[in-house]
Amino acid sequence: MVAWTDAERDAVSTLWDQIDVGELGPQALSRLLIVYPWTQRHFGTFGDLSTNAAILGNPRVAQHGKTVMAGLGSAVMNMDDIKKTYAPLSMMHSEKLHVDPDNFRTLGECISICVAAKFGPSVFTPGFQEAWSKFLAVVASALARQYY
Amino acid sequence: MVKWTDKERSTVRTVWESIDIDELGPEVLRRVLIVYPWTERYFGAFGDIFTTTAILQNPKVAAHGIVVLRALDQAVKNMDNIKDTYAALSRLHFEKLEVDPDNFRLLADCITISVACKLRAEMNPQVQATWQKFLQAVVDAMCAQYY
Repeated sequence: MVAWTDAERDAVSTLWDQIDVGELGPQALSRLLIVYPWTQRHFGTFGDLSTNAAILGNPRVAQHGKTVMAGLGSAVMNMDDIKKTYAPLSMMHSEKLHVDPDNFRTLGECISICVAAKFGPSVFTPGFQEAWSKFLAVVASALARQYY
Repeated sequence: MVKWTDKERSTVRTVWESIDIDELGPEVLRRVLIVYPWTERYFGAFGDIFTTTAILQNPKVAAHGIVVLRALDQAVKNMDNIKDTYAALSRLHFEKLEVDPDNFRLLADCITISVACKLRAEMNPQVQATWQKFLQAVVDAMCAQYY
């Protein structure tokens, strides 16, 4: 089980309280699809992803970004058992969606960049970045857990 | 050799010109030491770098952050030959400093985060893609003399 200091719990919940999933979720998923274009292979039914403008204007990308980001909420609420909380999601990503688990880390990086760009250095301090990165690493690890 | 479009070259230059090395250098190294604490092992001569507060106040960390970011200037000025530009630095990090090359990627990530904090919405997805391509070329060059 992951050990969290009080400062880390506080950092994660402070950041989460200020995050609008409808705003940052679409941004993070768009960045993933633009910066790491091979990830588009997982979204074959989403319509036009052929240019940056298409991705940024695609309503299915926006909706799905919001869904993914909102999913982080379960981890924030269950920081002491993220592994169990995400077991079904992990199984789904492995068996049904066939997502390379490396992509969880990559999406985490895109989320962090969105958070940095949104809040700037006075909120996303090095201390907050440490807690947030650790949190996303635990989430990525939990999502990769049911793969074999 | 890495290929750059004119737009990518101008994006990297624009991002670099909006960075104040004296401001971002210290912030970047502080982030590396705080977010990835095992990197403290490389800075044994820096005094107290074992708590967040100590790291944020340590003058040697700040000074060395500036040194590191200044070296990035060489890559911006020599985008068509980053590998040769960094050959000596790569050898130094391998033979003398014995730095695990994985850490170059971590440093690059912290640079991107600091730049995103500074540029905010200007660090749009396309700018992010170009900047990360540039830093990947730098990381590859820093790894090139390792074997």
